[in-house]
Amino acid sequence: MKALKILTLVFFAAVLIYASLDLPYRGDPGNYMHAERSMTDTPVKGSYFIQEAYNDARTPNMVTVVLGDYRSIDTFGEQVVIYAVGLITLLIFKKRRRDKE
Amino acid sequence: MKRHFESPIVLLGARLLSPYIMVFGWYVIFHGHYSPGGGFQGGALLAASVLLIRVAGGAHLGNLQIKEWVNNPIAAIGVLIYFGTGLVAALAGGYFLDYGELPIPGVEAAWLRYIGILIIEVGIGLTVMAVLVMIYDNIVTGEDND
Repeated sequence: MKALKILTLVFFAAVLIYASLDLPYRGDPGNYMHAERSMTDTPVKGSYFIQEAYNDARTPNMVTVVLGDYRSIDTFGEQVVIYAVGLITLLIFKKRRRDKE
Repeated sequence: MKRHFESPIVLLGARLLSPYIMVFGWYVIFHGHYSPGGGFQGGALLAASVLLIRVAGGAHLGNLQIKEWVNNPIAAIGVLIYFGTGLVAALAGGYFLDYGELPIPGVEAAWLRYIGILIIEVGIGLTVMAVLVMIYDNIVTGEDND
């Protein structure tokens, strides 16, 4: 049974390594995600972010502009999720303490 | 259960390191415009500086730095800073969270977005710090009394 588990893990590792061989080379400017037009010939949003992030928000760090400005509602949702996590720990552990007393 | 064991050397080291970690946390938040960083990472560093005192000195000493009941209001204030920034921009005539419409006179729209991103990063940092400290406080509640 243990040999079967190890064989399964080795098999999955082999599959993942084989799949990773087909990934595009990182940083290659010819990759699809760096092109101005996508495979289906629609404009790619990322090229607009790269070209106009500094002009829109005067911030050299592109990642901050995407996180705080272009996708700010997504970030607001993340913050609310973190606050909800804090409230949930409050509810769970306060209840346990009341049971103990 | 193991008794709480106080070591003056550990406490002194924690007291020495904690302010520097806190300053570095604020640096990471405010320097997020120019280098890797931002609200989430800086908030985690602020929480680390608070938790270091709590781990080294126990709950009583930790409560002298930041009281336990303050965590929840700070986290809520962080969320309200973010939401309020978006709401002010919406009331001033733009879209929700469109910082270009913030009512600060004499600043052009691109620099208003710069300021808006800074404000929301501070809000995120406060929330992340308070929630991490809140999780720790809730988990160890009652440990010192046993």
